[in-house]
Amino acid sequence: MKTVEEIKAAIEAAVPNAGVEIVANPSVSGQRSLRLRPSHALAVARFLRDDEELKLDFLSNVTGVDWPDKQIAEKVMVTRTVTRTVDGVEQAVEETFEETQKRVEPGYLEVVYHLYSVAKKHGPVILRMRTVNRTDQVELPSMTPLWRSAEFQEREVFDLYGVVFTGHPDLRRLLMWDAFKDHPMRRDYVEPDDFEYEPTAHDEVMKRAQAHHVAAGTVSAEQAPVARHEGSGAGQ
Amino acid sequence: MVDEKLKIELGKQGVFVTTIEELYNWGRRNSVWPMQFGLACCAIEMIATTMARYDLARFGAEVFRPSPRQADLMIISGTVTKKMAPQVVRLYNQMAEPRYVIAMGACAISGGPFKQGYNVLKGIDRYIPVDVHIPGCPPRPEALIQAFMTLQKKIDRQHLTGEDRPRHLDAEARGEFPVPVQGEHDLEPTSNKGVWPVPVVIR
Repeated sequence: MKTVEEIKAAIEAAVPNAGVEIVANPSVSGQRSLRLRPSHALAVARFLRDDEELKLDFLSNVTGVDWPDKQIAEKVMVTRTVTRTVDGVEQAVEETFEETQKRVEPGYLEVVYHLYSVAKKHGPVILRMRTVNRTDQVELPSMTPLWRSAEFQEREVFDLYGVVFTGHPDLRRLLMWDAFKDHPMRRDYVEPDDFEYEPTAHDEVMKRAQAHHVAAGTVSAEQAPVARHEGSGAGQ
Repeated sequence: MVDEKLKIELGKQGVFVTTIEELYNWGRRNSVWPMQFGLACCAIEMIATTMARYDLARFGAEVFRPSPRQADLMIISGTVTKKMAPQVVRLYNQMAEPRYVIAMGACAISGGPFKQGYNVLKGIDRYIPVDVHIPGCPPRPEALIQAFMTLQKKIDRQHLTGEDRPRHLDAEARGEFPVPVQGEHDLEPTSNKGVWPVPVVIR
C-alpha cells in the first residue's frame, strides 16, 4: 500500500485545496493519520473510495474523541520600560522579565475513521476531522453517503459526544433515549447523583456517596468523613 | 389447620385431607409460567435452564409465554439499562396477578459491573417488587433452579387470608407500579420509594 505521504500527494493531486495534514502518532504503533478539512472531507473520502489504486471500500470504525480546553502555562521573556532612579535622576530603562503566561487552548471534538480495502486487501488508512469548538460549532460532514457502515457509528458519536453530522440520513440518538440532553462520553459530563445506596462503597464511590448524603441532608458535614455501617455496631 | 400426624393417620386409612390453601398453593407453585423475556447474557443461561439438560419443566415452568398477559413469573435476566427500565415496569404492570419476579444476575440485582456507569439501572428492585435475587455473572442454571425452588417455597407459605396475604388477594393493594419517565439527565423518579425504601448504610 502507499505510504501516508504518497496518499497525501495523491489526494492533493486529485482534490484541489484539500489541505490534508499528516497527524503524527508518538505511540509504539506509529500509525499516522490524515487530518481532513471538513469542507473538503467528502470529496477526499470519495477519492479514497473510488481511486483505482487505493479502493478503500470498507469503513470499519468510527471513533469520537473529546479534547477539552487545555490550559497551557508558558514562560515568556517580556521586555518592559520601567522608570528607575539612577544616580538621583528618574530614567526610563528597558528591562527583561521572565513571566508565566497562561493561555487556554480551545478544545474540540474529533472523529476518527478507519478505512480498509477488501478488494486490495490493505489498510488501514486513518482519517481525522476536528470541529471548531466543543459547544456550538460541532458540525462535521457525514460519511454515511459514501459508506453505509458509518450510519450507526456516527449516530453513536452524535449520541455520546454531540458531534452533528451534516448529510446524515437519520441522525438520532442511538443508545440513550431521545429526551436525554447530555453527551456522556465527553470529559466534562456530570453523572446524575444517585449515590444514595452504596453497600460496599470505597475510594471514589465512598467520597461520592458521602457527598450525596451531605447534599441530601441525611448527615451533617462533620459526620460525613466517617463511614460506618448501620446496626453493625462499628464506630461506637 | 389439619394436624400433620392426623393427616398421615387418615392417609393410611385412605382418606385424603387437605385445605383449600394447600391445594391452591400446590396448584400455583407447580404451574408458574415465566415470561419469554431476556435482557442480556443471563438470558442465555435462562434458555439453557429450560433445555433438556437442566429441564425447568420438572418444576412446571416449561411454558415460556410470549405475552405478559399469560405469564406469572418475570425473570429479569440481564442488564436493565435506563432506556429499558420503563418498558420492564410496563411489562410487569401488564402481567396478571398473582405475579412474581426473579432478578437474575449481578446486573439485575444491583447494576453489576455497570453500576457506576451512566446508563444502567442500579437494580430493578428500585421500581418493582422482587421475590428472589440471585447473584452471579451470569448465574449458572442450577442457581436459577435454586431461585425457582425458593420461589415455590415462598408461594407455598402464602396464606389466603390475614395480614400477610399476597397482593392479589388484597383488594386494597395497588396492582400498578408507576412507570419511570426518561428525563433529561436520568430516570424520574430514580426509584419507587414505596417499593424500595432507600437502605441506610453510610452515615
